Amino acid sequence: MNNTIDIEGISKSYGDVHALNGISLHVGPGEIFGLIGPDGAGKTTLFRIMTTLMLPDSGTGTVCGLDIVKDCSRLRRIIGYMPGRFSLYQDLTVKENLDYFATLFGTTVKDNYENIKEIYSQIEPFADRRAGKLSGGMKQKLALCCALVHKPSVLFLDEPTTGVDAVSRKDFWAMLSRIRASGVTVLVSTPYMDEAARCDRLALIRDGSVIGMGSPEEITAGFPFRLLAVKGSRMYPVLKILRGTEGVISCFSFGDSHHLTYDPEVTGRERILETLADAGFDDCTAREIRPGVEDCFMWLSHN
Amino acid sequence: MVSDAVEIRNLTKRFGDFTAVDNISFNVRRGEIFGFLGANGAGKTTAMRILCGLSRPTSGEGTVAGYDINTQQEKIKRRIGYMSQKFSLYPDLTVRENIRLFGGIYGLKDKEIKEKTDTLLSMLDMRQERDKFAGSLPLGWKQKLAFSIAMIHDPEIIFLDEPTGGVDPETRRRFWEMIYDASEKGTTVFVTTHYMDEAEYCDRVSVMVDGRIAALDSPERLKEMYRAENMDEVFRTIVGRSGKEDSR
Repeated sequence: MNNTIDIEGISKSYGDVHALNGISLHVGPGEIFGLIGPDGAGKTTLFRIMTTLMLPDSGTGTVCGLDIVKDCSRLRRIIGYMPGRFSLYQDLTVKENLDYFATLFGTTVKDNYENIKEIYSQIEPFADRRAGKLSGGMKQKLALCCALVHKPSVLFLDEPTTGVDAVSRKDFWAMLSRIRASGVTVLVSTPYMDEAARCDRLALIRDGSVIGMGSPEEITAGFPFRLLAVKGSRMYPVLKILRGTEGVISCFSFGDSHHLTYDPEVTGRERILETLADAGFDDCTAREIRPGVEDCFMWLSHN
Repeated sequence: MVSDAVEIRNLTKRFGDFTAVDNISFNVRRGEIFGFLGANGAGKTTAMRILCGLSRPTSGEGTVAGYDINTQQEKIKRRIGYMSQKFSLYPDLTVRENIRLFGGIYGLKDKEIKEKTDTLLSMLDMRQERDKFAGSLPLGWKQKLAFSIAMIHDPEIIFLDEPTGGVDPETRRRFWEMIYDASEKGTTVFVTTHYMDEAEYCDRVSVMVDGRIAALDSPERLKEMYRAENMDEVFRTIVGRSGKEDSR
């Protein structure tokens, strides 16, 4: 089976800053593939290279069988790219922007209306409003329409949900699932670890290198420790005590509990609860839990 | 009587015929970590600008750090700290120059700035980096430095506008530990975030919807009230489906 995206050993430096250190990725047709990592990990550089906007220092790649360097003009016709920063024309209206991008790709909005209908219908009432005057959510929908109007085979979305509230983020991911269902391969980056679970497969990226890759289940199955969720009424002092407890490998806040990894040869759930009770925190509970992608990212960051 | 750090009554802000903040009232206690949540476009930024003395309300009254939001804006600015993910340090100034600049802006004397610089650099373990450009530091260090500089004049309240956006998971948590430390020392913390796990770390949380405060309580009580497992569910129940933003 041919992959939609094959990236082999891509490196890129800006002066003496190594943005990407030999990244390899393989994305199958019809997948939602996530690039998960913090700001500065190299996600945007990788997007620019895959979308033929920048040349790698070394390494090779193909998208839909086309070379990302040699076939750049043919490749640009079959991909859609939504950059992280809003990049449409602020002083053109919603409709003018969409017509403009359709024309660039030698098509019309009318011919591809079915393709964008679901998203476009939500902003169509504002068709004559200037793009610069739209709310954040509407700008995002317009940008997505412009990236989809020529019916691309692959959609590249660079941090579409950064700075977006939790409810709108969920809606956006529901929209992505439907785009995927229409046969488009989606490559999406995000700094939000909770969005990783919505991807078919993902790569965890940090400092220009891939530190983990696979389906969310494969990634969490590779977590080498047992994990406890500890709760108590005074969480910050509890955190400090747990960090200083013998046999505790790591301890960090995760919402309403602390996630703690430990060396089972040295300590265990009961021992840890006793230590807390001895220090005056006798209302704590601890239960064994399965790790999430964020637990794995934190562990892999230390390797 | 010691007043609360923030006391706001019937605050409204209109832009033309659009009401961005619609008659909100709330207090923030001294030393409290107060989470200011809401959907995009709910009015958080507008309200926060008024609290920071950067914008005047259309109507309503209140105090921040004991100073009137209508008449004493310059005094408010001197007694608060502000940091956001988008802007906090000058990337083309060195670490030391950034400290000196902000120390100067807040009216610290040369001697105080020198002392603060020393304490800050050793506290952050950044002596080696003092002559590096702030823009060249790893994000986690930038965050910590920006937070410490926003606290350089020992403000009564620090306003943090999405301070952890895009930050890696461990740095995000270390940053919250700095918030806890500041709060333990008595600084009031007013913070916005889109990470719902961070909402759990606040003493109390308010959720804005369409310019109003739709809910305000401790995370525990909000979870009870909305029969929710976590703050993410609470938030989704209160804010409901988005698209609201798009229909206005």
